[in-house]
Parts: sequence; structure tokens; C-alpha cells
Amino acid sequence: MDRRKSIKALAVGTISAGVLLDACKSPDKKAEDPKQAAPAQTGIDRHPEEAAHDKALMDRKFFTDHEMATIAILCDIIIPKDDVSGSATDAKVPDFIEFIVKDMPQHQTPMRGGLRWLDVQCMKRFGKSFSDCDSKEQLQVVDDIAYPAKAKPEMQQGVAFFSLMRNLTASGFYTSKIGLEDIGYKGNRPNQWKGVPDDVLKQYNLSYTERELKECI
Amino acid sequence: MGNLQVKVQSKKYDVVIVGSGAGGGMAAYILANAGLKVCLLEAGPMYDPAKNVMQLKWPWESPRRGASTPFRPFGDFDACYGGWEIEGEPYTQKNGTRFDWWRARMLGGRTNHWGRISLRFGPDDFKRKDIDGLSDNWPISYDDIKPFYDRLDKLVGVFGSKENLPNEPDGVFLPPPKPRLHELFIKKSAQQAGVTVIPSRLSILTQKINDERGVCFYCNQCARGCTVYADFSSSSCLVNPAVKTGNVDVIPNAMAREVITSSSDGRATAVSYVNKDDMQEYQVNGRVIMLAASACESARLLLNSKSPRHPNGLANSSNVVGKYLHDSTGAAMGGILPQLYGRKRYNEDGVGGMHIYSPWWLDNKKLDFPRGYHIEYWGGMGMSSYGFGWGIEGSNGKHPVNGKQKEAGGYGKSLKEDYRYFYGAGVGMAGRGEAIAREDNYCEIDPAVVDRYGIPVLRFHYKWSEHEIKQAKHMKETFKEIMHGMGAIITWGDDNASNDYGLEAPGRIIHEAGTVRMGNDPKRSALNKYNQAHDCKNLFVVDGGPFVSQADKNITWTIMALSMRASEYVVDELKKQNL
Repeated sequence: MDRRKSIKALAVGTISAGVLLDACKSPDKKAEDPKQAAPAQTGIDRHPEEAAHDKALMDRKFFTDHEMATIAILCDIIIPKDDVSGSATDAKVPDFIEFIVKDMPQHQTPMRGGLRWLDVQCMKRFGKSFSDCDSKEQLQVVDDIAYPAKAKPEMQQGVAFFSLMRNLTASGFYTSKIGLEDIGYKGNRPNQWKGVPDDVLKQYNLSYTERELKECI
Repeated sequence: MGNLQVKVQSKKYDVVIVGSGAGGGMAAYILANAGLKVCLLEAGPMYDPAKNVMQLKWPWESPRRGASTPFRPFGDFDACYGGWEIEGEPYTQKNGTRFDWWRARMLGGRTNHWGRISLRFGPDDFKRKDIDGLSDNWPISYDDIKPFYDRLDKLVGVFGSKENLPNEPDGVFLPPPKPRLHELFIKKSAQQAGVTVIPSRLSILTQKINDERGVCFYCNQCARGCTVYADFSSSSCLVNPAVKTGNVDVIPNAMAREVITSSSDGRATAVSYVNKDDMQEYQVNGRVIMLAASACESARLLLNSKSPRHPNGLANSSNVVGKYLHDSTGAAMGGILPQLYGRKRYNEDGVGGMHIYSPWWLDNKKLDFPRGYHIEYWGGMGMSSYGFGWGIEGSNGKHPVNGKQKEAGGYGKSLKEDYRYFYGAGVGMAGRGEAIAREDNYCEIDPAVVDRYGIPVLRFHYKWSEHEIKQAKHMKETFKEIMHGMGAIITWGDDNASNDYGLEAPGRIIHEAGTVRMGNDPKRSALNKYNQAHDCKNLFVVDGGPFVSQADKNITWTIMALSMRASEYVVDELKKQNL
């Protein structure tokens, strides 16, 4: 199969031909538009058991509406909109977290219990739940649990919960379109690997050997 | 269930092959092209990476963003279906030992997601007993297998470089890809430490070799299955062309139960199997039976094929079937390269694996363990998946971000800056070494347990010895030296004796072999040097089972070379009417 035919074979049923051709034309330039056109056929390869397994998870509901509201606020505190990219809720991270605790039951009690811990903490301080607090009140509590090295001993459970929230939020955000663009990943497309770009080699004072230059593709 | 009866296939085949992975696929290819009629049984479903597409999917196309599942332990996008736990197919352990057993269940088996590391055994690897007195020599030498390695290289395609190393024979190579940035740092530091670093040898097409397969376009997703067949999988590269000859019938979802033998002369006559779709019993007859179900699965079949003429199981008068089980050793270390903080972004995918590696470089006579290991390397700017940035509170307080010393953990715009800063600075390495094949590492039939098909299951007994633990210790010492030499910060894997230096549990490297070993002496081996059973001339085993030892290399390339050789021997013997 020559390269052209194989790229064509790829285009059918995966990503849009327009993006593919652009990627072939300018493999060394900065990705012109990392925003993918919607794939012709979404969905990854699933065996019947996998599809049934995922559907059963999707059909369930674990978090209450109140828990989801709290999660959304926390996500956006952890990953807000900035001048590079949108917020965690822009990237639908709460929906990801909602699925992932069903998929990974080991997160269920830490999350549910942590959310409750947080609400109880806010009740003690402000007489209301976390989601009913104003931003200043919310951040006062967050500041006490967001820094493991300096948190007070009695806040350690909150620290464990917030670290889990941070990790799950990052997982959900940086695997979204918005997040992947933010982090600057340039791959996942047909490419010609020509080695490390010259300016980067120069930056680190590295070079290829004569043999590598001669024999490598 | 009504009348359960065995449906015997009316078609008579020259060869029935159990298993469509590296060994079975190669056998089907050779036999079909020689004009023989082949029935290829596969325990899993049909698979074609061009139709069952995972390649070039984005992380958000998986609801769990690529995290592992019981169906795909290597990740939601991994091509290989099956794994450590298969519903209804248990295995057991003996005496508190532990062996984790991987079962792939699909056309092409594990070759659909393997690392494509395609290394020839060297001359020493066939004669280890002569060198260090441990385990046994193979009944063949490198010279016996070299012509088949040469043909295999040309048939399947492998890139690499001519290095003239005494025990790392050069192949017929396609050009290798240039090292990536982290690989240049590793190369410099490793070489300074006296560790050999050469281009890797992977079965990925950097150049066109035929009209049926495309050329690699460097998406680093071989493990997802290549839609243009640029990487080697048995399904794409061997079974498909074999089927195109018109001489192969593939029966998917067929769980082999046992090999039927003749009561009059003990010859193998058929394979009985369960069709998983209709749960009925079937039997398919062949003049020759070849087992390639993976090392332990083939041993299991043999042990379950008892008859008056084969009271100890088929091909087992030596009593070695199931024994001398060995897996590669594995231990790893990882960390961060601070010089890569805030690095420039570009497409760094490359091929689906390392562009450089380190073959074993030392003389074991000067060391306190007998066999060697090679080193695999990773790092760089990869596509995100579940777990991205996990545990950032462990690093964003330790290293100044853009010159600012921060408090560990945190949130907000500052945190986003941290993820950007650290992205692509990770690096890691793992050793894959040779364990000693020992009689008391084995699998056997569990006397009390059957799987959902009523087939008796395997029970494992496996322990690492001091040899393997000392080898893992050496790996960690070497890795530390390489990491320090390039200024890397080690964040995991700096183990000690308390956890055997991070030596992976047996079976975790998924290179298990040895359970149907070959040899010249029928009292101490199950097969002869043509993979042919001493006790049953028309029975062959062509997966990892025959391996007397496994070298500091992965076994797939040797499985295929031996299967090619054994299959041609079968063709020849059938012509001469010896089988």
C-alpha cells in the first residue's frame, strides 16, 4: 500500500479528510488548528460485553444533584478559565467525574465522604453547605485543604479529598479537547518523524551523529 | 441442554492449528502457501484493526479517557482483548506462590498490542548451560535458525542498525527512526556509564515492503492496532494473507478442549473444541495437529489430553509438560528531566515504542548473577489519558515553576501553569531480563477446578530465585546511574531488598515460555528440535512452550522463526509421507 492509499484508507471512518490532508502538507509547522472536525464515526472499538458494561454504567446515577453542584464549583476552583484555555466545567469535567466514580468504585466513598466532610466543615464555619457559601467563604476552606505540606493536622482528611478532586479534575480536563490544546500536544495525526527540530537541538546543545543522519529514516 | 453431541466437521484438513498468534499465524501462513488445507482455531473473535479502529482516536472518545478495564487491562484504547482475569476462566495458585497469567482472546492474540520488539536470539542464548552450567542447552544452535530469521525479517519487516555485537545478531533491517529528545539525553548518559545504546529493533515498517501493508506514519499507537498494517500483528500480516490463499478456514470463538488421539497407534487425529457462540461441542480432524495457544495454554491442552496410550497427558512421557516455566524479569524506574520543563511543543509521537534501547552489555562472569537483561526507555510529550498529572502535589512544591517557588498542591491559574510547565518532562526505563528455567516453576492441572466449559484449569507454582533478584538489583543500580548522569530526578522505582528491587510478579511481563520444552532426550523434553512431540510424531507445538530458555530478548521473533522452520518440516514430512 503506498502512503497516499494508506492515508486514504485511514480517512474513511476516522477523522475528516480535510484535517488529514493539512497534517500531511505541513508536518513541521505548528498545528494549524488542533480543534478536530467531528470524526465521521465516533465510538471506539467495543466488544458486545464492553458496550453492555459501559451502557449499564451510563444508565446508573451515583451522585446527587447537590453533590454534582459541589463538584462543579470545586472543579472550576481547581481549573478555572485563564487566558490560555477555558474552565473545567467548559470541558465538562463534572460529567467525566460522574462517570469515573461509577467505573472505578474505589473512588466512591472517598468522593462522597469528602464532599460531605467539606459541607460539614462549611456548616461549622458559616452555617451553610459549601455550595451555598459565597466565593470568599469557599476559598477560605479550600485554602486550608489545598496545600498538603502546610495544612493543619485536623484538616488532613480534607487534604486527601481535595488532592483526589485535583487529580480527577486534571484527568478530566487534560483529556478533553480544551485541555489537550492547552497542554500543547501536537501529535495523534499522520506524521513524518524527522527527528528533534533543529532549534530544539541547538537549545540543548545536542546533535545527531553522522551515522544517525546517514542511516535513520 | 438437550442432546449434547459432538459435531464432527466433515471437512478433513491437512493441519489443524490451535491459536492464531505469532506461532499459529506463521504456521497458517507457511502451510497455506505450500498448498495445504488448514483449519485455524482461535479462542477469541475475529479482529481487523482497519475495522476495529482505535488508532487516531482522541482521549475524550473513551468515557474513562483510556483508563484500563478488566476487558482491556492495558487501557481502553488497547487493541488486545482479554487479560489477567477472564470471566468463567479461572486459574489457581499453589503453596502461596503467585503467577499472573495473561490470556489474549482474539485473532492474532497478543501480537495485536505487543511492543514490536523484534530481537533475534544470539549464539550464546542457545548454549547457556555450556556457559554458566544452569538449566539446559537448546537442541539447536543459532546457525540452525539463522536462515529463518533472515526470511522472517524480509517477510514481516523490522527496522534496526548493523552493530556487529557478538550476541545481538544483526538482521535484514529497514532504516530506524532518529532518537527523540529524551532519548538523546539517555543515550549520552548511558554511554558515559558504559552502557551500550543502539537503535531499537522493532517490527514497524519505516519503508514499504509489499503492496499489502502501509508504511508507518508515526502516531505512536502500535498498541492500538494499525489501520494500515504498518506494524506486525499476526492477524494483519500472517493470517489475512494465509486466508487469501483460499486454503485456510478460521474458526473464531473456538475454545479447544483436548487433542483426540487414536487408540490404536496414539497418533493425534483431531481437536475437540467448544463453539462459544452456540456452546456446542465440535471436533475437527487433521493429519497433523499444531498447538500454538500460548505456552501455558498449550501445556494445559496436552495435560488434559489423557488417554490409555498417553496416560500422563499427550506428549508427556517425560513428565516435563507444564514445567520449566519462565517469564522475563522486569523492574523499572522513572522520574523527571528538569531540563525539559516548559519545553517547546512539537509532534514527538514517533513509532509506537522506543527509538533506542540497550542490549545486554556486560560479562556475567564478573557479576553475581548469571544472565543478562536489555533496557527499554520511554518519555516525552505523549497524548493525555486518565491519570494525567496525577499527584502533581508531589512535584510542584519541590521545583520552582517558571522561576517561582510555589507551595505544593494548590489550585487555579497557578495550577494550570504547573501542568503546562511539567508536561513532557517525564522519563523512565525498564529492564527485561532472562530468568533461569527451573523444574519447580511450573503449571499443572488443578485437580478440583474446571472453567465454564468444563475444561480443567491450570494451577501455578512459581518463585523467583536469588539470581533474578540480584539481576533486578543490578537493573536499579544501572538506572540510578543513568538517571543521575543526565540530571534526572528519580520519582519512583528506587527500590531495595525489601520489595526485591521492584522485581515484577511472575507472569507480569507476559513472556512466559518453557512449558513444552524441546530437547534431544525424550526423557527430559517433550519435543524434538523440530518442535515435534517425541511421543506423537504428528503433533507439534509452535508457541513459547518449546523454549528451553528465553534469553535477554523478547521471544516473539524466535517463536515465528521456529514456527516457520517447524511448518516447513511438516510440509516436507507430509510430502515424504512420514506423518
